[in-house]
Amino acid sequence: MNKVASEIVTHRGISSHRIQAMVLRYWYLLMSSWPRLLELIYWPVLQIITWGFLQNYISQTSGFFARAGGSLIGAVILWDILFRGQLGFSISFLEEMWARNIGNLMMSPLKPIEFLISLMVMSLIRLAIGVIPMTLLALFFFDFNFFAIGLPLIAFFCNLIFTSWSLGIFVSGLVLRNGLGAESIVWTMMFGLMPLACVYYPVAVLPAWLQWIAWMLPPTYVFEGMRALLIDHTFRSDLMVWSLGINAVLFIASFATFLALLRSAKRVGSLLGGGE
Amino acid sequence: MVDSEAVPAQSPAAGPQGPAAIEVAHLIKLYKTTRAVDDISFRIARGSVTGLLGGNGAGKTTTIAMIMGLVLPTSGHVQVLGHAMPEQSAEVLGRMNFESPYVDMPTRLTVRQNLTIFGRLYAVRNLAERIEQLASDLDLKDFLDRANGKLSAGQKTRVALAKALINRPELLLLDEPTASLDPDTADWVRQHLQDYRRTHDATILLASHNMLEVERLCDRVIIMKRGRIEDDDSPDQIMARYNRTTLEDVFLDVARGRVAEGAP
Repeated sequence: MNKVASEIVTHRGISSHRIQAMVLRYWYLLMSSWPRLLELIYWPVLQIITWGFLQNYISQTSGFFARAGGSLIGAVILWDILFRGQLGFSISFLEEMWARNIGNLMMSPLKPIEFLISLMVMSLIRLAIGVIPMTLLALFFFDFNFFAIGLPLIAFFCNLIFTSWSLGIFVSGLVLRNGLGAESIVWTMMFGLMPLACVYYPVAVLPAWLQWIAWMLPPTYVFEGMRALLIDHTFRSDLMVWSLGINAVLFIASFATFLALLRSAKRVGSLLGGGE
Repeated sequence: MVDSEAVPAQSPAAGPQGPAAIEVAHLIKLYKTTRAVDDISFRIARGSVTGLLGGNGAGKTTTIAMIMGLVLPTSGHVQVLGHAMPEQSAEVLGRMNFESPYVDMPTRLTVRQNLTIFGRLYAVRNLAERIEQLASDLDLKDFLDRANGKLSAGQKTRVALAKALINRPELLLLDEPTASLDPDTADWVRQHLQDYRRTHDATILLASHNMLEVERLCDRVIIMKRGRIEDDDSPDQIMARYNRTTLEDVFLDVARGRVAEGAP
């Protein structure tokens, strides 16, 4: 037994090596499957081509959009950061459910917070694989340099990715608790946010009572901020601060909900198996 | 019904059979109105091999899952290697491991990749060497770089066993460790478990339907039925009590409600 004890390194707190192990697990998976890699690039490319041509067409026929300097393409790319960020997080989680590996992980020294951090890292990796080709296409085919947004892009990106992680954590908890029968929520939840986050139009378009709800969502501030930057050439830092504040609340709430759902999953015994 | 009240009343750290690896006291698990586990108590000494016997729905898997912390008890207490579960699970999860037919390993990853991931999760030192050693011990070398999903049932079981042994656990929980294996492979796995227990002074708790397996491996047998402990003793004592020559006959007696003279 002493021999055994000496072999084991006991770790308290968050362990980077366990997070690295999980990231390595998802990396192995991604590299072992070309359809998974292709899927990461396929939809973003289709999106940018469709919306790029639409932007070109509208610019030629509408003076406003000609002045708006790629606000549609910008919105498409930022929306994809939000949407793919959540999918990147949730799909890595679903891989564990599909593989019936959750029991192995929960029984290992891996802590829930380490598991979630590894999913966040994977969402960034998957996002980079999908969105970087998208931005290059926008630059070379539609003359829109996404990176020319400059420093505000960091604020936009951080706020969107925080929201995507919060939603990813929440839906992962739902799937953990309710099994793969709840999988469809992973694919559809973000689309429920789309009309209220005002991705392609200003908040002012919404009825007054819906505007109140829209301003409760962190991405709304980002898309408004993007339009202010591209149309009015003004960086609205106040919008970014509001977005960050709401994101902080959302992130804490989603993590607490995940832990509650994990506990509930242990209560009903859904960690063994992980089927429907 | 065995009165196992006296067992957990012993000192939490030590008893006549040495320090405890597992202590379970008045454990109850309700799934809505179903009593999956109904007020069971037992204590398992370190270095022992204990079999949980019982038919389908007897509560074996739920009991093991509660010991592992994967299922929360409705009431009662579990201590593993001296720590309360699941509250202090972080203290012990690195010192134990398990194998169960209710979980799989990722199918697209190779055997080596899977063992690497779990080895890292368990912070195993000299991991590459450990994987080579397990591959040699469990005869995995021929398919170490093959995807887990492309292995036969027997090969997958050996890989799952390698994962369960990767951190040289002090406590090994096994749920049907030889299910779906041919007799030769099953015998081979049993031999390996015996060797592991002997060389590492490990504690093993296994749930099984295979009576020969339990007779061969276990120092002690806990028979469960409808969530309760029906009997708890060494295989020889239990067979003597039921006046039977095999555990299979005892199992059938218990399952069919036939209680021999002297049986509890």
